Amino acid sequence: MPPNAAARSARATSTSTARRRRPAPDTTVSSAEALGFYRQMVLIRRFEERAARAYTEAKVGGYCHLNLGEEATVAGLMASLDETDYVYTNYREHGYAIARGIEPGRVMAELYGRSDGVSRGWGGSMHMFDVASRFMGGYGIVGGQVPLATGTALAIDYRGGREAVVCVMGDGTTNIGAFHESLNIAALWSLPIVYVVINNGLGMGTTVEQSSAEPELHKRAASYRMASARVDGNDPEAVYDAARTALAGARSGKPYLLETVSGRLKGHSVVDPATYRTKEEAAALKAADPVAAYAVTLHDRGLLTDESIAEIDADAMSAVARAVEFADASPHPDVSTLFDYTYATPVPNDSRRLPGAALYPAPPRPGAEDAGAVRIGAAR
Amino acid sequence: MSLITYRQALNDALRSEMLRDEDVFLIGEEIGQFEGSYKITAGLLAEFGPKRVRDTPIAEEGFTGAATGAAMVGLRPVVEIMTINFSLLALDQIVNHAAKIYGMFGGQARVPMVIRTPGGGGQQLGATHSQNIELFYAFVPGMKVVAPSSPADAKALMLAAIRDDDPVLVLENLSLYNTKGEVPDEDVPGEIGRAKVTREGSDITVVAYSRMAAVALEIAGKLAESDGIDVEVVDLRSLRPLDRDTVIASVKKTNCAVVLEDDWLTYGIGAEIAATISDGAFDWLDAPVRRVAMAEVPLPYAKPLETAALPSADDAITAVRETLDATARRR
Repeated sequence: MPPNAAARSARATSTSTARRRRPAPDTTVSSAEALGFYRQMVLIRRFEERAARAYTEAKVGGYCHLNLGEEATVAGLMASLDETDYVYTNYREHGYAIARGIEPGRVMAELYGRSDGVSRGWGGSMHMFDVASRFMGGYGIVGGQVPLATGTALAIDYRGGREAVVCVMGDGTTNIGAFHESLNIAALWSLPIVYVVINNGLGMGTTVEQSSAEPELHKRAASYRMASARVDGNDPEAVYDAARTALAGARSGKPYLLETVSGRLKGHSVVDPATYRTKEEAAALKAADPVAAYAVTLHDRGLLTDESIAEIDADAMSAVARAVEFADASPHPDVSTLFDYTYATPVPNDSRRLPGAALYPAPPRPGAEDAGAVRIGAAR
Repeated sequence: MSLITYRQALNDALRSEMLRDEDVFLIGEEIGQFEGSYKITAGLLAEFGPKRVRDTPIAEEGFTGAATGAAMVGLRPVVEIMTINFSLLALDQIVNHAAKIYGMFGGQARVPMVIRTPGGGGQQLGATHSQNIELFYAFVPGMKVVAPSSPADAKALMLAAIRDDDPVLVLENLSLYNTKGEVPDEDVPGEIGRAKVTREGSDITVVAYSRMAAVALEIAGKLAESDGIDVEVVDLRSLRPLDRDTVIASVKKTNCAVVLEDDWLTYGIGAEIAATISDGAFDWLDAPVRRVAMAEVPLPYAKPLETAALPSADDAITAVRETLDATARRR
């Protein structure tokens, strides 16, 4: 089976159940909400395209994974959360951070490694964190966030809180031990958490079917008697509704596994040309582009016009331009802050030695130890 | 002061902190109903209930990570990993997550978590259950690692670890659990990051931690009596941060040193101590720094083989005598 066939067939099988028309008024996404989803999706699209450009301009270093193709899932999922809920994500998280309400400028500044970045320049693309919006981190190790998110749900339960945790991961994560250990614990302890698997059909270049013996990933929940569903990740309204259902369950102590099926429009990261894809596959993905598709949907509903589509795009472009300006103007972290974040509390004998410095720079001669001795590794 | 075991000192510290702070809870395998594989948590489930003494599935990565995630939002979990060997199953969560979260996110989330776990061989538990791999954690900036050798330190350092806002690994030791010592009745937390001179002496410095620090005191007493050798013992107590200055000050006084360690020699804690002495007291040394460490084999089950592989008091005595001989100033 060629790469992405799994994702495509998954999409095909999911549409019948997931793309239901929403009849009940209390679950209908309002016109304002729908437009909000669209604006969000366009902003993320433009932000990610600009991030890719900044990478080629060497303004961004390290790895850089983009949410291109995932915009509908990001918008629908993040809109379903309360302000007090906690969000854990993986290394493909720029869009989630923006949708959580973090200023795009602070997200871009983090990509630029600047001191005004969400993680003060310490995290980079893969490690965005914002304590104020309870955005609990992007994580670079596949599956690393899953036990952590489970623990935050445990803390909510411990304190009798009403919040919930959403833990976003990719399809490949469902094969990691930490995923299974965590789902078992969450189900055993009735924790308020929704695990969201973003199934884009590919790990880096390995397909879901090549790596998962049960490629309908939401079915893994059955091992833990956990409720689950698969939803069309290209439809922000379907994702929103499914996430609301999942969250309601989680808040009543029933953890949930939600699988969203969408495409990854580009390579695994900015530097991946995705040569493992055929031209036909790439064309099919482009044809299913969720941003373009949702524009058509809203246009058909009379919520968007050609003019308003252009306007929303122009707004997004200028927001992204402002973000770049902010990032570019933000200072690099000062080297004097290098040792500020090893420990939360000062501790004696914490090492503050720079690579070339001697541990004991005074001339090691008996009797000379007090003359001009400078200790780099002194306690704070 | 009361004369109690190392095990009881740990239990007292846990109970005391749970009484003091509602956010402190215990999590691990078999710590509740079973009262702990080594009974450190005896009686605590009965007193505090299952919310605060939480039995987990056998899932070290899962529950250690969950404890980290709970700590990130302000709880103070104390994780029991049954032995340090099993911590390898949680290595990603400890090294890539607990130790990194404060720094990697620019200081926005603290991880006030304790991992308590025993190391140690000598119980005929074979190769996978007898390791001393505290070095793996002491190697990592962001972790704090303490290794108490006495009941008093066990209590003091456990109190300090629970009150600390960073992840702290408390290294216990199977063969220390039943040792007895005087322990203050009141709760006085120790200081993480400080070594202690547990016996003052003038002839030679013996540096050690955990079980070997107890062995160091034992051989110091013997050597004073048998050879008239005055040993100074430095108990490291904290493996990260490492209190180098206390070691250097002692070596500048005695001009020679032996390091006792239960881990393997190559790349071990003793290597770090020897390098530190070379950096800070090179010209004060009258003999090379000697290390006594475990034989570099997977620890065998058969008793004579196991005994031969583990560092003993006799090995330490030999190393001290030979080092003093090498200084050419032995009486």
